[in-house]
Amino acid sequence: MTDRQHIYDTVTAQIEPFNKKGVTLSDATTFQGDLEWDSLTVMDFVAAIEDEFEIIITMNMQAEIETVGQLVDAVEKLKG
Amino acid sequence: MSDAGLAPEKLVFDPPVVAPERDLMSKFDPIIAERQALIDTGVTDPFAIVMEHVKSPTEAVIAGRDTILLGTYNYMGMTFDPDVIQAGKDALDQYGSGTNGSRMLNGTFRDHIEVEDALRDFYNVSGAIVFSTGYMANLGMISTLAGKGEYVILDADSHASIYDGCQQGNSEIVRFRHNSVEDLDKRLGRLPKEPGKLVVLEGVYSMLGDIAPLKEMVAVAKQHGAMVLSDEAHSMGFYGPNGRGVYEEQGCEADVDFIIGTFSKSVGTVGGFCVSNHPKFEAIRLVCRPYIFTASLPPSVVATAATSIRKLKHAHGKRRQLWENARSLHSGLKALGFKLGTEKPDSAIIAIILDDQTQAVAMWQLLLDGGLYVNMARPPATPAGTYLLRCSLCAEHTPAQIARVLQMFEAAGRATGAIG
Repeated sequence: MTDRQHIYDTVTAQIEPFNKKGVTLSDATTFQGDLEWDSLTVMDFVAAIEDEFEIIITMNMQAEIETVGQLVDAVEKLKG
Repeated sequence: MSDAGLAPEKLVFDPPVVAPERDLMSKFDPIIAERQALIDTGVTDPFAIVMEHVKSPTEAVIAGRDTILLGTYNYMGMTFDPDVIQAGKDALDQYGSGTNGSRMLNGTFRDHIEVEDALRDFYNVSGAIVFSTGYMANLGMISTLAGKGEYVILDADSHASIYDGCQQGNSEIVRFRHNSVEDLDKRLGRLPKEPGKLVVLEGVYSMLGDIAPLKEMVAVAKQHGAMVLSDEAHSMGFYGPNGRGVYEEQGCEADVDFIIGTFSKSVGTVGGFCVSNHPKFEAIRLVCRPYIFTASLPPSVVATAATSIRKLKHAHGKRRQLWENARSLHSGLKALGFKLGTEKPDSAIIAIILDDQTQAVAMWQLLLDGGLYVNMARPPATPAGTYLLRCSLCAEHTPAQIARVLQMFEAAGRATGAIG
């Protein structure tokens, strides 16, 4: 399994508790549009991801991240 | 246009109507619809209250009815203090109604200096800078202190003015879980060591009225080499031995680098400030855009503020009465069975947590019709998507008023099913 696939699997596992609509996840899934998350859900989720990977995703970076794939890429970069 | 030497644009007399998709106001349609739906249910618009007369710090006339005010931030009841009012009248007579300019140019009058002196005395610090509002004090200080490549670390429940200060600046923004010392520590530990860092905290968080474990948080911030700013807007006048705030109460005066405050709460007028012992603090006046590019406060405002602050320093009786009022309202509401924002009366704000907007508005309306004004608060202003009725106490509330307030809450709570 590649590093990216591993990160993807971990990220999607973290999404599940917040995936109230049962959306099928892919790289292209958007947090706001597809998952319909409000700002509070995003906040809780980001904190969970940060703690899972022991990284910091600044609010400046969060503003650029719209899809699951973009988040996975960002985590990969931050971990590297 | 002609001043700039440009050819005047030829005006179309009957311009085509802007298409809905290009109407910049169209994006507000959902909020307009939501508000309309609320008003269509027949309730008074909670965000369009008018005080027709104000009789005292605790009483006003709203829609022709005598109303107890339990939703203002007039904690120390200074708005009708005779000395404060006289200072404002004298300043109007001697200096006129306004300054017409920036502090940096023609907008500094005698009493701008006097109010900054009063702040230095009150907080026992070397530096004090007054802004035109508390919002602008946060906006200006946060955006100016933390520059590009530096970090602001803020509590998730921070006030809008703190978030906006972050957005206005160029620094990296990191958020930690509300009041979690461990979460703050973890996040600071993950940041690179070299860049400058500002940890932004609040003494009292205004939505639920809970206080921060400042002692522990400030210690953690210092361990990681960060500077600390604490917003003490909702604690001035009645927290700590000298009424300076939660940071004084918890003994972290030596370690908090910047204190933000406001004149619009305990002081009883409008304006904001930052105080600090930093030796280079005065430089803020030269670099802080929200300080420079706006008109300074009117002379009457700074004169009333100066008088009020000097009196607040010795307002021990009012301080005691305010805490007494907070304790009696908190215990009364708790005994009635309401779900409250804090276990104990931690501050002068007591928040009642309700199920949803319908219940919150219905109860708010019943209270208002009975002659009691409280604040209704809803997401996104509130934490965790809660609907709140927020009570803020005044030192001038009488035991009889508190008793009446509790009766009205009991009736409204039963009528709306908020309590059994």
